[in-house]
Amino acid sequence: MSRQLDFAGWIFVAVMALAAVLVPLATLGTPDGAALHVPTYLVQLFGKYLCYAILAVALDLVWGYCGILSLGHGAFFALGGYAMGMYLMRQIGTRGVYANPVLPDFMVFLNWHSLPVAWWGFNWFAYAMLMMVLVPGLLALAFGWFAFRSRVTGVYLSIITQAMTFALYKEFFRNDFGFGGNNGLTDFKDILGFSLQSDAVKAGLFSISAVALIASYLISRAIVRSKYGKALIAVRDSESRMRFLGYRVENIKLFAFVVSAIMAAVGGALYVPQVGIINPSEFAPGNSIEVAIWVAVGGRGTLVGAAIGAIAVNFAKTYFTGALPEYWLFALGLLFVCVTLFFPLGIMGVLSRIRFRRKRSEVATGTAT
Amino acid sequence: MSEENAKLTSSLLYLDNVQVTFDGYRALRGLSLALAPGEMRAIIGPNGAGKTTMMDVITGKTRPDVGDVYFEGRHDLTRMDEAEIATLGVGRKFQKPTVFENHSVNDNILLAARAPRTVRATLAAKGSAEITQNITRILERIRLTDMRERQAGSLSHGQKQWLEIGMLLAQDPKLLLVDEPVAGMTDSETAATATMLKEIAKEHSVVVVEHDMAFVRDLDVKVTVLHEGAVLAEGTLDQVSADERVVEVYLGR
Repeated sequence: MSRQLDFAGWIFVAVMALAAVLVPLATLGTPDGAALHVPTYLVQLFGKYLCYAILAVALDLVWGYCGILSLGHGAFFALGGYAMGMYLMRQIGTRGVYANPVLPDFMVFLNWHSLPVAWWGFNWFAYAMLMMVLVPGLLALAFGWFAFRSRVTGVYLSIITQAMTFALYKEFFRNDFGFGGNNGLTDFKDILGFSLQSDAVKAGLFSISAVALIASYLISRAIVRSKYGKALIAVRDSESRMRFLGYRVENIKLFAFVVSAIMAAVGGALYVPQVGIINPSEFAPGNSIEVAIWVAVGGRGTLVGAAIGAIAVNFAKTYFTGALPEYWLFALGLLFVCVTLFFPLGIMGVLSRIRFRRKRSEVATGTAT
Repeated sequence: MSEENAKLTSSLLYLDNVQVTFDGYRALRGLSLALAPGEMRAIIGPNGAGKTTMMDVITGKTRPDVGDVYFEGRHDLTRMDEAEIATLGVGRKFQKPTVFENHSVNDNILLAARAPRTVRATLAAKGSAEITQNITRILERIRLTDMRERQAGSLSHGQKQWLEIGMLLAQDPKLLLVDEPVAGMTDSETAATATMLKEIAKEHSVVVVEHDMAFVRDLDVKVTVLHEGAVLAEGTLDQVSADERVVEVYLGR
């Protein structure tokens, strides 16, 4: 399986690299209605899927390779998104409804007179980038440190990750918390001086997302192929054996968890300028559970499968919520049950089985002739 | 008192009056044991005698309520966790073969082999001819040379037991705790395992817990009989099997 998987991985990287180059050309270089023209709405839609794919790869790193079923990865994604959203809010400046040069509209509306400390520095892109990595990274570090040291594993860990994202969900809903409350952050105008409404910027964000996805995949691949990656799998399969071999299991888990959280946050940060809004619903416990479904559908512990699963399931979601909106959740549930029962290795498992069968039939015909 | 001190400092492993209680059940009731450096010891005893609990105490999985556990006369094992104790040089083989089923035989040994265990060191670790040779040597000793690239999960029960012994060899501990190494093995596998352990005992101190009397006789070492969480008798196998109390415990009244 492993060589096949590697092959699939390189094909995936090649496709993403091509998409990063060709999609902007196809959308900007051709007139509307031309055969090769990619409409902007599709660029945005797939750009969004790529961000989800980054999140899925991040989850697969900890779930597929270390057995940590985090059902709170949506929180890291959302925190990265909020960091980006705060930068974008500060860029609006006097173009807001209340035309306040410093305070975002919702603060003026709430009758606030000065910028809260948490918002300081977000007018600088570099600072916002730093926070986008630092805040989710530190949260994962603190959370993981306590959870892994206390040897919380399995379903108990999953439950407390849900609790973590739910707590953030509740907190971000409050207006007093200072991040736009229920409405979140929106009405963004531009990023680094470029208008978010322009097709070029949308295509550019798509390409950056594709590159970030490739990077996430390659980083995760390097991690799981190192000796550390072998240790990670060993922890997944027999944690106590690793302890008796003298490994600090909690540190092994913690590293993967923090890397994964940061990766998820990068996905979230790229997501926000493409969808134009970030609000507390991104922290909803259900969102994080959905990520686990993408990974399961694609094939747990394969990295490529996670990315493919995220894109495929979200594509189906877009279609379903348009065509049969009331049935989407049933379809998703059914999909999850079927995959778990019949295709435990997900899409990647099915693909490898087809390839394996073809090879076998080739061998069979080979001996016959 | 001074006699006790001498015993402590001269022994590799020293347990004194160790007591462990689980929910009111007294698994160990004042267990005392001293193992000399380089010694191989067999521990026998009926079910529930406290053999596995004793292993858990030594390896840091269970903390005793009362009692001293010292390694090399100076390391207080009751204050350390599993990873620290393993790093000191205590290896453990479980009753059920516990190998990393999704890894190749080669990678199982690689993970066990003596090397820095930190995240940073393992991320940067590179293979070397020395490591490969070391693994080759170990595979020869555990008779798995041809299985090097096989997934450990696909090995037979006996081969998994040997692989686990190989992992302990790679870990190169000062003291090896082996829990029922021949359970579920065929006669020829049992004999091969006895040879393997005797060879290991040349360079390491070993404690073997075993039910199989023929195997214990094969090992031909000092035997400690545990009963209800304490030592009942100690001596050669012939001496302890002549002991009336031991016979009583094993055969019942």
